[in-house]
Amino acid sequence: MTARLEEHFQATETFVRPTAEALVRCEGLEKWYGSVHALAEVDFHAEPGEIVGLVGDNGAGKSTLIKILSGAHPADGGRIFFEGREVRLDSPKAAMGLGIETIYQYTAMVPAMSIARNMFIGREPLTRFTIGGIGLMDRRTMVEHATRSLTNIDLTERSPDTTVEELSGGQRQAVAIARAMYFKSKLLILDEPTNHLSVKETNKVLDYVASLKEQGIGSIFISHNLHHIFPISDRIVAMARGRKIADIKKSDTTIDDLTDLIV
Amino acid sequence: MQSILKTLLSRPEISALVMLVVVVAGFSFMAPQFASYGNTRVLLFSLPELGIVVLGVGILMIVGEFDLSVGSVFALVPMLMVIAMGRWGVPPIVAMLMGFALALAVGYINGWITLTFNIPSFVTTLGMLFMARSLATVLSGGFPPPFPANLSTDLFVADLGLFRSSMLWFAGFALILGIVLHFSNLGNWIFATGGQSQAAADMGIDTRKVKLFCFMLCSFLAGFAGMITTLRLRSALPALGEGLELQAIAAAVIGGAALTGGIGSLVGMLVGTTLIRVIDNGLVMARIDANWFRFAIGALTIVAVILNTWVRARARRMK
Ligand SMILES: Nc1ncnc2c1ncn2[C@@H]1O[C@H](COP(=O)(O)OP(=O)(O)OP(=O)(O)O)[C@@H](O)[C@H]1O
Ligand SMILES: [Mg+2]
Repeated sequence: MTARLEEHFQATETFVRPTAEALVRCEGLEKWYGSVHALAEVDFHAEPGEIVGLVGDNGAGKSTLIKILSGAHPADGGRIFFEGREVRLDSPKAAMGLGIETIYQYTAMVPAMSIARNMFIGREPLTRFTIGGIGLMDRRTMVEHATRSLTNIDLTERSPDTTVEELSGGQRQAVAIARAMYFKSKLLILDEPTNHLSVKETNKVLDYVASLKEQGIGSIFISHNLHHIFPISDRIVAMARGRKIADIKKSDTTIDDLTDLIV
Repeated sequence: MQSILKTLLSRPEISALVMLVVVVAGFSFMAPQFASYGNTRVLLFSLPELGIVVLGVGILMIVGEFDLSVGSVFALVPMLMVIAMGRWGVPPIVAMLMGFALALAVGYINGWITLTFNIPSFVTTLGMLFMARSLATVLSGGFPPPFPANLSTDLFVADLGLFRSSMLWFAGFALILGIVLHFSNLGNWIFATGGQSQAAADMGIDTRKVKLFCFMLCSFLAGFAGMITTLRLRSALPALGEGLELQAIAAAVIGGAALTGGIGSLVGMLVGTTLIRVIDNGLVMARIDANWFRFAIGALTIVAVILNTWVRARARRMK
């Protein structure tokens, strides 16, 4: 098994290297969960306006890598640079503050709360009545923007006051994407965003991610389905057992080569 | 029309409101003097002391945690205040501040232990229930401390006719906390933390801080309510508030707060409190053996949760 894997390893020297303009760049990331070495010496980067497809088998460490980038988990070692400056991503707030938005593998929504409230969790627009960061929410703005976002994702038949528990898995994912769209980010991370989606909904997500490119927004797109990410990715990063085993321009590879590599 | 009905049925306090109407109508029918001025006065006199505790317990339940120690804090805090004034000669305002500081400290300890060791708050606060009660008894030294004879209690318990001034404090707390809970960003964090804390944390909310705040608020309000009762009785009793925690939780649950967190409303807490006080008082007025009180509260709690669950499921199925 290991032997076969070794055989398919791309030589480390041929990994794509970051440019000086890299949006995000990590060096030597390490992460342990107890005795599980979830990330081992992982270098990773994404350029502005670049779509990076992140692939790998179950448990390869994909979610772990993006949780570190989104500030949800701390790394046990390594350095992270954002727009050339070294940063500490010790909380989701810190990551969001830099312009890193994440769409999680599970839908990060509160089921019993309305769509409008969910869109603005932790970033509620406030009225003038505010003391020390605590204040009255600007409900009008929230509903207005939520309504517009629902239109963007073709969920017009739903009111922004609908609770999220009433939505289908796909609709929830769409709202999560609408939320990320609203908070215009510099780097968008999508962890298997097409998991619960129909073919039509999946295509919409793929179109959306492709459209971000034009706005110079970088994306990291995780999926088990190479057929989903290959067409829209500029570069493919493959992981196995906590290590990066490939980092290759799309133009230098094919779906078949990659399929061999990761399974 | 459909959507108005749906909005109405989705409110967590709806079943409690219906039950309150039914119970009030029932008692008025069984005991004509139930709805009299005199009896309304009796009802309103006792409402704030439970109600203030329910506000804290209810908000803590929305954030997904429990506090079983409120009954003990209800006794411990005023015990310290009265001892400070009566035995140590501390000025009343300083004694009050000492009591509130103690209440906040108890809430902080409840929260800190629960969150740091990741154990159920049910267990932490059950332990605190015993410890705080024990402290109240030890502090008193076996007999109630002397209550300062010329201490004016008007600010908190003056008879204003239909109600005591404690009602104004209750109304003030309810108004402010209602606005915080339902209209402020902090309220949104409380609902998000209780409803799905992973999502709240991933969206950048410091769920630990939000929970700690709710623990401290709950203890503070319990201590405040205990102070009001003590001022009304003009005596600090170590056994004050025994069993109060269960009444407060029952009131919050009857008012639509979910034990799993993330659901509840301020109006629900008010209605739940009123229901409990109305039943307590109505049984007496209707000349029913007062020992049925706990039976009634118990049955009501179960019925309320069944109703809530059923109504919510119905509302969700409506377009
Ligand atoms: N919170 C955690 N606690 C303990 N172990 C964890 C935790 N999260 C991940 N792991 C372990 O770390 C390793 C990498 O997991 P990770 O979730 O990053 O994989 P993945 O590539 O995202 O897989 P999948 O495709 O199944 O989502 C796995 O062995 C997993 O069991
Ligand atoms: Mg994963």
